[in-house]
Amino acid sequence: MSIQVNSIRSLFPILHQEVNGNPLIYLDNAATTQKPQAVLDALTHYYEKDNSNIHRGAHTLADRATRQFEETRESVKAYIGARESAEIIFTRGTTESINLVAKTFGAKYLQKGDEILISTLEHHSNIVPWQMLCEHTGAILKIIPITDAGELIWEEFEKLLSSKTKLVSIVHASNALGTINPAKRIIDAAHAVGAKVLLDGAQSTSHLDVDVQALDCDFLAFSAHKLYGPTGLGVLYGKRELLESMPPFLGGGEMIREVTFEKTTYNTIPFKFEAGTPSIAEVIAFKPALDFITSTGKANIHHHENDLLQYAVELLQDVKGVIPVGTAAEKIAVFSFNIQSMHPFDVGQLLDAKGIAVRTGHHCTQPLMQRLGLEGTVRASFAVYNTRAEVEVFAQAVAKIASLKNK
Amino acid sequence: MSTIADIQNEIVAEFEILGEDRESTIFYIMELGGTLEPYPESFRKDEYTIQGCQSKVWLVAEEQEGKVIYKADSNTDITKGLISLLIRVLNHQSPKEILNADLDFIPRIGMGNILGSQRSNGLAAMMNQMKRYALAFQTKQNA
Repeated sequence: MSIQVNSIRSLFPILHQEVNGNPLIYLDNAATTQKPQAVLDALTHYYEKDNSNIHRGAHTLADRATRQFEETRESVKAYIGARESAEIIFTRGTTESINLVAKTFGAKYLQKGDEILISTLEHHSNIVPWQMLCEHTGAILKIIPITDAGELIWEEFEKLLSSKTKLVSIVHASNALGTINPAKRIIDAAHAVGAKVLLDGAQSTSHLDVDVQALDCDFLAFSAHKLYGPTGLGVLYGKRELLESMPPFLGGGEMIREVTFEKTTYNTIPFKFEAGTPSIAEVIAFKPALDFITSTGKANIHHHENDLLQYAVELLQDVKGVIPVGTAAEKIAVFSFNIQSMHPFDVGQLLDAKGIAVRTGHHCTQPLMQRLGLEGTVRASFAVYNTRAEVEVFAQAVAKIASLKNK
Repeated sequence: MSTIADIQNEIVAEFEILGEDRESTIFYIMELGGTLEPYPESFRKDEYTIQGCQSKVWLVAEEQEGKVIYKADSNTDITKGLISLLIRVLNHQSPKEILNADLDFIPRIGMGNILGSQRSNGLAAMMNQMKRYALAFQTKQNA
């Protein structure tokens, strides 16, 4: 089955507009995806009909809201292949999910001299929490290097792994370059030395099959808004035994069993990690986003996006002055590039003048940019609703900009 | 010598000719960047960069016969173009005139809309730094 891209586009109202006098071509999907009508409807419906605080209300609205909220948890569980929904914790986003693990797993299991491995590809959200943890505990952060193409150097990873390694926290697919890391192989190698693995799935979960049981990862972090869902919502998956052994993250309502001024006992997972009123509307509206991906089919989505990526590469590979950045063999649909003698910011602004939305800069991966000797890149990232015609317009616009300084 | 207000009016008139087309406006700004005088390499240091710009901007000024002479550079062509406009408006004016100047050509040519918030903030930071130099020279003149 292939993608009927026009019927998919009709589900996304935001795509049907002009920007700066041109039809919008939205190629900033690695930053956030657009939302289908069903997600928008779910948000509105919740506030119009069901708005209520969840889990302890003794009334019908609270019951409806609670039921829908927990239905999303079931959907997420199925989406990533978790054993049980209690292993699904709602957070504010990938960043908070990683911070939660750094604070709680870190407090429980990390000591002076222990090692945490990350890679050169990481987003700042998978660097800074570990730096903070290392500062606090005396643990040591080690970095897996990459090749010029943007792939992990496996031998170096193996050399870094040891009995001191307590955690490998690694990106599944790079936001800046698109590189897909060999997650299963990394996880198996880490487990062999007794280390746990956190997989940063912010970019992979919308494009690839990510099955936490098949992968056997210990934690998975991702954000709803990159999966056609609402902003302000993320997921942390963790294996039950780990989550149960970890102390709570934030203290407050919901996460307690009993509070006295002498002693508080904590709720069971997942509630232990969900202090305070969560993003109820967003959680409820995340379900139709997952339904959209599931009904479209991950394999179909990946196939379509990969076709767009290959087409962009084909159209731009011989254009004078266009320098692709990140040429790993396995990639999600991210096309990062620079134009000779031009600043990425200028390129982005010229594309914007044509209604083409891309991202420019360091993509919150400054150490990666330093490794590549770049100030930044221009990044076009594709989603299921992008078309080959859009790729053509994009490629023509890039070629025109490149010709300014590359006669 | 034209006044700051005169030069601003000239710039507004030039941009009116370009019309509404955003791409040609940006191309024009980039071309203007090419007209900037070479920046003195001895001043290409961190202490001369302006905080608040996403792109890198170096700015230095000196006083000659009571007038302020600015020199600036950037690593992006669009920013260089914007700098060239600011320099065209403020160069060879007295510190007092610069401090009192109402730099309204930016909104009048619709630049905020074209640039977006990031570059607009950078532009504001650049104008502030230019005025700070003027203030320093004025203080020196009055001392």
